[in-house]
Parts: sequence; structure tokens; C-alpha cells
Amino acid sequence: MARIELDLAHAYGPNPQRDEDYALLPLKMTFEDGGAYALLGPSGCGKTTLLNIVSGLVTPSQGGLSYDGRDVTRLTPQQRNIAQVFQFPVIYDTMTVAENLAFPLRNRGVPADRIKQRVGQVAEMLDMSGQLNLRAAGLAADAKQKISLGRGLVREDVSAVLFDEPLTVIDPHLKWQLRRKLKQIHHELKLTLIYVTHDQVEALTFAQQVVVMTRGKAVQIGTASELFERPRHTFVGNFIGSPGMNFLAACGAADGIEVAGRRLAAPKAALSGLGAFTLGVRPEYVRLAAPNEPGAVPGVVTQAQDIGTYWLVTASVGEGVDPSLLRARLSSEQTIPRVGETVWLSIVGEHTCYYVDEDLIA
Amino acid sequence: MELMLKGIEQRVGAQVHLYPLDLRLVPLAVTVLLGATQAGKTSLMRVMAGLDKPSAGQVLADGQDVTGVPVRQRNVAMVYQQFINYPSMTVADNIASPLRLRGAHTAAAIETRVAELAAKLHIEPFLKRLPSELSGGQQQRVALARALAKQAPLMLLDEPLVNLDYKLREELREELSALFASGESTVVYATTEPTEALLLGGYTAVLDAGELLQYGPTADVFHRPQSIRVARAFSDPPMNLVEGRAAANGVSLPSGLSLALRLPSVATDSAAAARTVGIRASSLRVQGRDGDLSLPGSVELAEISGSDTFVHVDTAIGEVVAQLPGVHVFTLGSPITLYLNPTQVFVFGERGELLVAPPEAHSVDVS
Repeated sequence: MARIELDLAHAYGPNPQRDEDYALLPLKMTFEDGGAYALLGPSGCGKTTLLNIVSGLVTPSQGGLSYDGRDVTRLTPQQRNIAQVFQFPVIYDTMTVAENLAFPLRNRGVPADRIKQRVGQVAEMLDMSGQLNLRAAGLAADAKQKISLGRGLVREDVSAVLFDEPLTVIDPHLKWQLRRKLKQIHHELKLTLIYVTHDQVEALTFAQQVVVMTRGKAVQIGTASELFERPRHTFVGNFIGSPGMNFLAACGAADGIEVAGRRLAAPKAALSGLGAFTLGVRPEYVRLAAPNEPGAVPGVVTQAQDIGTYWLVTASVGEGVDPSLLRARLSSEQTIPRVGETVWLSIVGEHTCYYVDEDLIA
Repeated sequence: MELMLKGIEQRVGAQVHLYPLDLRLVPLAVTVLLGATQAGKTSLMRVMAGLDKPSAGQVLADGQDVTGVPVRQRNVAMVYQQFINYPSMTVADNIASPLRLRGAHTAAAIETRVAELAAKLHIEPFLKRLPSELSGGQQQRVALARALAKQAPLMLLDEPLVNLDYKLREELREELSALFASGESTVVYATTEPTEALLLGGYTAVLDAGELLQYGPTADVFHRPQSIRVARAFSDPPMNLVEGRAAANGVSLPSGLSLALRLPSVATDSAAAARTVGIRASSLRVQGRDGDLSLPGSVELAEISGSDTFVHVDTAIGEVVAQLPGVHVFTLGSPITLYLNPTQVFVFGERGELLVAPPEAHSVDVS
């Protein structure tokens, strides 16, 4: 197992000048030994480029990386001693499940009794003990992918195990079981795991630390709670959560802040001294308020949707000045306002975040 | 348009794709076809469109029998999962193609209409490009604009957003809802996702294994599923289902637990007849209240979606999933107690029929 340190950037073309020329903007970070990490972002954000640099399939155009202090920038994946699991099963159809799992060990000359023991252990973790002697060819897609996962996890001496969207082919109702398996396995084997996905559920469920990426940049590295409660960048606020964070244009004023056409007391002293900034509040933290309640703004309800387990109410705030839409997730246990009704919505509270130029400032 | 299906049946060889069904779509509204893969959604849509002739039954469009009338002779717009555009035409020409085909518009009128649709779907900057130069989301926007250009009285969308990233899906779904709300067409929208049905609102037809199980206003179907099968199809995470028995004061559950409930009597049932208790993940809480049933257990996994945490818990009544708003972190195997108000459960009878549903806190607006 290794601690992986990166200080690098990557451009596929020569002489990168602007940010857009980079597939991966300058990035300095560390994957701690034994940690579970997810690289999360939309297609084209640079997450696969980053994974390929860690594995050695791509050499960064600037800077380098080290495994436990040893520079591996120019080493091949084999020399780096990593295991990889891809989107689609990579297994030998003619071999049995046991032979497939044993293959990476046999290749490295591990003694037979040790192979048997380890294959048994991994098979048990993946609930495949009963299938060890079956030929892989006859198995369903998800069983085959489980073998792929097992092959990735079977070696104890790897520096890290890298996963590239490994649950894509798995049926939705089986996914959670495999997520649980992966989490348990990480707990038991203490491997350094790096997992690429565009699925926020997968990333937030699996990883201890999630690296959120957009346009070649890692905009935040944090736990699920940190990404939800304190998004460091507006992209994270929007990307994590469904619907994402509400953003309202605001600016400092003599004795407070102005937002949605209202003057409110400054929730944090520094805000009144600012020019333009953005107030961010998650729909989960917007609540119905009494008229003129501190920290609340009036709005006209434009949509009230019964999402079954809660209501999603959209209101237009700042009408006549700077209209924008504000979403609130309300419990079905309260009275839900109707379309056209004027309501007061509390937007300032301990969960409210403030941004300048997309970056969190308070 | 008013679309009516009468006794529609679809068999291919020995296989039944659709069992006999009747359905009158609410005109000028959105009807969601909800069901898992292979439930019959696409088969039903193809019959509605005239792409397939049903084995039996009639399709009536505004009272006129159009059964088996090929799609070319009918004015139907369709959008598929795959982003289907003419690869050699520019985006503008793609959108204009249905208007040109009809030949009823002047060049200037077509240009105005294309600009209007491109603005609605946020693809104005790409009008001169070829589809292959666009991202997946942009390509699907072009396909949607072309379908809308037809101004067909019937618009059919077969899982149009399934191949897009989820944030993009969220954005496009909202735009589509706004477009559907104009009430110009009768819209049919197939999806496998219960949440998508709820977000689209309108009406929902639940399909399962080739059978139409229930049709009604989307929120009504969700809050009062007529059977276990509907409840299963229309819940995400799946509704927790626990086998129990009718008892004098309600339902008895495994491990000596019981739920105090007033149940309607079912004439044909014996005493202690089988009952299935359905518990939505969102009715389970981690803070107890007066009158709650408590379910101690241990955490199997906490799945975090961002807005919610889905905790899988091993309890005395089996494994259940609880939906907790926000982000919560649990260690695997740690002890947890879930709480449930007995009035919040569904109870199903021996034949899977709904006996009791939780009372609704709100009247349902369908507009």
C-alpha cells in the first residue's frame, strides 16, 4: 500500500497557455495510504485523465508523482504495481471463477497454498464462495463484474487499486449490494482505493474523501458532509444534491446586506463591507417564515410539486428588482403554499454559504 | 388530442408483450409510463405511434380509428433514448426538417420557428454546427427541438434523458416540464424512475410485466397504490415490505412486534389472514415521537445521494431501508434505532390489494 503524492498538470497538446488548453490544471494533492477516494465530476472534467496519470497510462506533461516518496512519473503501470478494475468485466471466460481470481497471484509466483487461502477470502467477501468452480462464461454480467472486482482486490502487495466506473454494467437494484461489498472490503483489507465515477451516490457512499472536478480542476476535496454543508465552490454546491444549492446575487450595504431586493442584517460582519457576492442556500435549509422575519425574503410561489416523500416549492424572489428562483424542500407534514401565493422564505442561517467569484468566503 | 386504447394486446409469437388493456389518456397533459425495463413501455408507445400494429384492440385518435395506420400518415412526434439526428445536416436544418417536409411554411416562417425553438432549448450558438460536433446533452436538445417543431398533437418520448449525466438530466427535465405545460400536445413520457415521474407530475400509468396496473394523477397513484405491485414499481428506494398477520388490534409482525391499526375486514379472509405491511423509506426516522414503534437494528450500509442518506438496517422485521434527509455518516455494523408511526404504513391483503394507506396531509393539485 502506498501514499500517493501528486504535483502536476497535464495538457494533451504542446505549449498550453490558457486554462482550456489543460485536461488537468495544476494540482497538488495526496492520496493517503489506505484511504478510499472518489474522483467525481461530469464527462470531460478530467477525472479519467487524473486516474490514468496515477496508474501510469498517461505521463503528465508537467510535474510528477511519487508513491511513498519514490518518483514514479515515468514508470509503467506494471512497475508501479497497481491493480485496475474497468467499466466492463475483464476476465477469462474459459476459466473457472477460482482460476480467474487466482490469475494475478499465479502470474506473480505466489505459493499455491497462499493463493488458495487468498482466493477463498476474496470469494467469501464477494459472496462467490459457492461459484468458485463454475466456468465464468456461463455467469450473468454482474457476476462477471464481481470477478473483475475480485481480481483487482486479490493481491495484497499492490500500491493501490484503481476503479474506473466499475458499477456501470450492474443492474440498479444490485448496485447497493456491491457498494456495500466495496466498503466492507476497504474496511477489511485497508487498501488504497481510487474510484472514478460521474454518479454522486456512488462517490459519496463509497469514499472517505471525494475529489470534485470540473473543467480540469479539482475544486474541492472533502467528506460527503463537507461537500453538502460547506461547498467550497459554487460548482460543488450545484453538483452535489438534487436539486442543487440555490444561488442569489447579493451585495454589501451600509448596515447589512442586500439580497432579492431586501435589506437584511449582515449574518457575518465582513459581508457588509463587500461589493457583489453570491448567497448560497440549499433547498433543504430554506424554510417558510413569518412576514418580515429576520433573514427571510418574500417570494411568489411559481410551482409546488409533490415529490411523494416531500414537496418541492419554487418561488420567485426579488420581483421587480432582481427576480430569481428559489427552491425549498418542505416536509409533507406542513401546510404547503399554493401557486400564486406570496410566502416568506428564510434564507439566512447557519447553513447559508457566501461566495465571491465562485469561491466560498464565509 | 384525445388518445384512447381499447382492448390493446400485443403478442409476438408465443411471447406476450402487452396483456389486454384499456387506457384513455388525459388530453393535452403529460402521461408518464412508469415501469422497469421490459415492463411493456416501449411496446405500448410503438402501438400508440403506429409503428407497430397491435395483435388485438383499437387505437382511437380523437375518436377516429387509427389502428395500424403507419406512423408516416399520422402526425406524431417521437424522441428516443439515443440521440437521433441527421448527421450530415446542420443543427438548424435538423430542426427545420419536419417543417420543410410538410411544405406548408415559407422559408422565413421556418427560420423564425427554428430560432424560437433553439432559444427555448438553449442551442442557439450551435445552429450552424453538425450534430457530431455537439455534446450528448446538446444532441438530445436538437432531437427534442426537432420533435417540438412538428407541433404534433401527440408527442411520445421514450426515456429521452436516460443517457445523460444526472445534472444535465435535472436541467433538461425542468425545461421539458415547462414546454409540456403549454398544453399544446398530449405527451407520453416513458421512464423507469419513480422520482422522474413525480417531478414530471401530470398522470402516471404503471406498467409491470406487460400489464397496465393503474392509471391516475401521478401523486394519487404514488400515495394510493392499488396493489403491492404498483407500490413496488412506484417507489425508490423500494418500499419496505414486511409479511405479517391480521390481528384483533391491527397487524402482528415477526418477532412479536405489532402495529395498532384499524383495518377494514375482508369478508373472505380467515382470522389471522396474511397481511403485507408496506413502509416507505421516508416514513422511517431516527428521532422517536409519541406512539412510534421502535425498530432497533444495525447499519448495513449508508448510501448518500447528496440530498438524502439511505440507511440499510438489519432489524427484527428483516432488512429495511430508511431515507434520512441530508448527509449522515454511519459506521458499518453500528447500532441504530428506527422509529415509525403506525398510521404511516400501507397494508396489503392476501391478494396484494391495498387495504390501508397513510392519510394524506394535503389535497393533491394536478395542474
